[in-house]
Amino acid sequence: MNTIQLTIDGREIAAKEGDTVLQAARSAGIRIPTLCYHERLNPIASCGMCYVEIGGYSEPVQSCATPVAPGMDVVTQSEVLTDMRKESLQRLLLHHPLDCPICDKAGECRLQDLVFEYGIHADELQPPAKPREVVYATSLIKYWPDRCVLCLRCVTACKEVKGVCALGVAETEGRRHLEFYPERCVSCGECLQLCPVGALTENLSPTKGRAFLVNKVPTTCTYCGCGCQMELSVLDNRVVDVKGKDDAGVNQASLCVKGRFGYEFISSDQRLTKPLVKKDGEFQEVDWDQAIRVVARRFNQVKKEHGADAIGGFSSARCTNEDNYLFQKFMRAVIGTNNVDHCARL
Amino acid sequence: MTNPLKDVLNSKVILVTGTNTTSNHPIIANYIHEAVTKHGAKLLVVDPRRIKLVDICHTWLRPRVGTNVAWINGLMHVIISENLQAQSYIDERTTGFEELKKCVAKYSPDYVAKITGIPEKDLIAAARLYATETPGSILYAMGITQHTSGTNNVKSLASLSMLCGNVGVAGGGVNPLRGQNNVQGACDMGGLPNVFTGYQTVTDEAVREKFAKAWNVATLPDRVGMTVTEMTAAGGEAIKALYIMGENPMLSDADIHHVEKNLQALDFMVVQDIFLTETARLADVVLPSTCFAEKEGTFTNTERKVLRVRKAVNAPGEALEDYRIISAIARQMGYAMEYADASEIMAEINRLTPSYGGITYERLEQGGVVWPCPTLEHPGTPILHINKFARGEGVFFPIEYQPSAELPDDEYPFVLTTGRVYEHYHTGTMSRKGSALNRLYPEALAEINVEDARNLDVADGEYVNIVSRRGSLKIKAAVSDITDRGVAFVPFHFYESAVNKLTNSALDPVSKIPELKICAVKIEKAA
Ligand code: SF4
Ligand code: SF4
Repeated sequence: MNTIQLTIDGREIAAKEGDTVLQAARSAGIRIPTLCYHERLNPIASCGMCYVEIGGYSEPVQSCATPVAPGMDVVTQSEVLTDMRKESLQRLLLHHPLDCPICDKAGECRLQDLVFEYGIHADELQPPAKPREVVYATSLIKYWPDRCVLCLRCVTACKEVKGVCALGVAETEGRRHLEFYPERCVSCGECLQLCPVGALTENLSPTKGRAFLVNKVPTTCTYCGCGCQMELSVLDNRVVDVKGKDDAGVNQASLCVKGRFGYEFISSDQRLTKPLVKKDGEFQEVDWDQAIRVVARRFNQVKKEHGADAIGGFSSARCTNEDNYLFQKFMRAVIGTNNVDHCARL
Repeated sequence: MTNPLKDVLNSKVILVTGTNTTSNHPIIANYIHEAVTKHGAKLLVVDPRRIKLVDICHTWLRPRVGTNVAWINGLMHVIISENLQAQSYIDERTTGFEELKKCVAKYSPDYVAKITGIPEKDLIAAARLYATETPGSILYAMGITQHTSGTNNVKSLASLSMLCGNVGVAGGGVNPLRGQNNVQGACDMGGLPNVFTGYQTVTDEAVREKFAKAWNVATLPDRVGMTVTEMTAAGGEAIKALYIMGENPMLSDADIHHVEKNLQALDFMVVQDIFLTETARLADVVLPSTCFAEKEGTFTNTERKVLRVRKAVNAPGEALEDYRIISAIARQMGYAMEYADASEIMAEINRLTPSYGGITYERLEQGGVVWPCPTLEHPGTPILHINKFARGEGVFFPIEYQPSAELPDDEYPFVLTTGRVYEHYHTGTMSRKGSALNRLYPEALAEINVEDARNLDVADGEYVNIVSRRGSLKIKAAVSDITDRGVAFVPFHFYESAVNKLTNSALDPVSKIPELKICAVKIEKAA
């Protein structure tokens, strides 16, 4: 890979050929504010935040869409740039109600952060026009058109990452908004994950937790063998939301419908909560002591009458390594048989 | 998998067969999509169904169900006869090439076309594509293994990959996609009748002694045990009692009428699960356990990466972690088994398992680690067989095509094949408990080809009866061109439409996997 020498904010930097100015700056630890940019997507260049000045250029350019060239002299902070970024923010906020107090996203919203950083005040904004309501491509996600800043991250991700193309842009009464092709949508929630504002929200959990109130627990998905890394949002001992977790090696924060929306079983009222022992064909609830005694007694009995190999054990592809290890140890060391297997074959 | 999930981004050609990746391993399908659309990789799909990936593929071969060895031999025939194989790789790293060459000699495109239905020119084009674009990766799943010829199918794919020098290189490899979150881990942990952890065999005396000493017992059994399918079949006979943890054979096994009879013939059955599954209903004792969100532990994903699972919420009622239940039964039977937490168990696994030797909880805080990883300093092994095969030289196995156990005939003219859909998972125990996934895919649908539907006078959404020698099923038809003429596809997640009442329990002689992917049925419009 060839490297290219350039200067950013007075620092000599070696960038990879083919990188954009934004990527070069980021690799060097220089921050350029962005809203629509996402590492995994081709540059969208819709938000107008990442402007930089380049020596010899007549006007500032968007750094996400400008490839590095040898000898470039880049400036990322100046009064002109700050004004341009403020203007861009004001344009984004034109129809965006500052309803942060009731928005799910408050606290982890890119727009909120940028508005705070650049000190934009509500009185500089136009009052929002009549609120709009729009359905979404999937019933599991809610669309808030007034909050949408049309950064197009969702549209781009649906197309580039998922290869689905269930989203587009349309215009009604002079105002642009997302358009949906529900028959294509696979409810993966990639769009939801990448929305930098609160325009797309999870529409499944009856209880909702504000970003700063929930406890976030990093873990691994329980469904297929991809092993996606995810974060469970927990409020009052209940999982209220699942987000993809950035792990460059596994899923890069993507999930599928099962991982993202298949969490309701955890708090299902059909979960088993007490040991059951069958008497005369009916299950009866018993305490643990009693259940364990029955199991041990019956295993001992079968072992005595028919030998250890008359007992078999199915361990599980859905249990942890630790559970599986202990299960085979139990079958081999305690029961005394190698009759242990699981449904790898099914 | 021999290679990491994301490694397809380094491939020039990707051969996908017997996996509906978009439905069953969506994240891998995303990477395939990215490889094709952003990096210009060529996608070669070989599947009897018109799966979603066909939309972006370069070449699609549609073999008849169950003819895998034939088309794989056909590809190798073309590659060898056009001298496209990676000869220096073959000379340096493999044995058995001459035998393979002799075996595939008769699999000419014309001969293969008769068996598989793949047009000659398509087979030749596919062979050239796979052989000339390197590196090439092969991805497969149950569409390859759930056949009486499953083991042979896998060996043939390995030969194809070695023939083009693709094993042990970035962007290459032969990659089985494991369907369940921790299938890989359950195997690694010795949840198999012939091995302890890390595939250390039970028939090796030194290994047995090591484990006996660590586990504080005088001896350990030296005879290879029975597989799931064998144990179920022996229910009431050689097997008198079963301890089932988190499995639901009443939906997942082939020919479940038979399974039910055998389970009922047991003296004693205990099922440990999070729901009262179809299998648990038949048990004498049911023990409530915790789900992934209620415990600490690790899963090993399909790329062999060990990943942390963390407790997020408290378990409902009195439900306990599986490992605590197992320990309690052990203690009651007079064996001292006590662990303060899951990390203590992992420490014991580290000590007894060379390939997991360096994979500690402390390290996993920094992210997943890929085994083999024998020491704390070892970085892990994302790609297997670099420079050299684990077993020395790579062996080519000459394998002849053999037809499936039950083929369509006049009475049962259709092929039935089974699998999963995107919205659900395995026996539906988890995925069907909430509203979200059920909203998207509420009931079982039988995919039937448009022309067959016309001949049967069945419209999309009407009911059909599907009948095999073992049972029958009334189910709603989804008419499309996804399946070929003469083939029906039914997912197995649904207890009320349990397709495994129909399937054939004939086994692959080595792997003991039942032939879930093909049996003969008749289909009629339901009254
Ligand atoms: S849920 Fe997935 S498929 Fe549907 S619109 Fe969003 S990104 Fe696209
Ligand atoms: S989120 Fe989907 S793709 Fe990822 S591990 Fe879970 S089931 Fe598999």
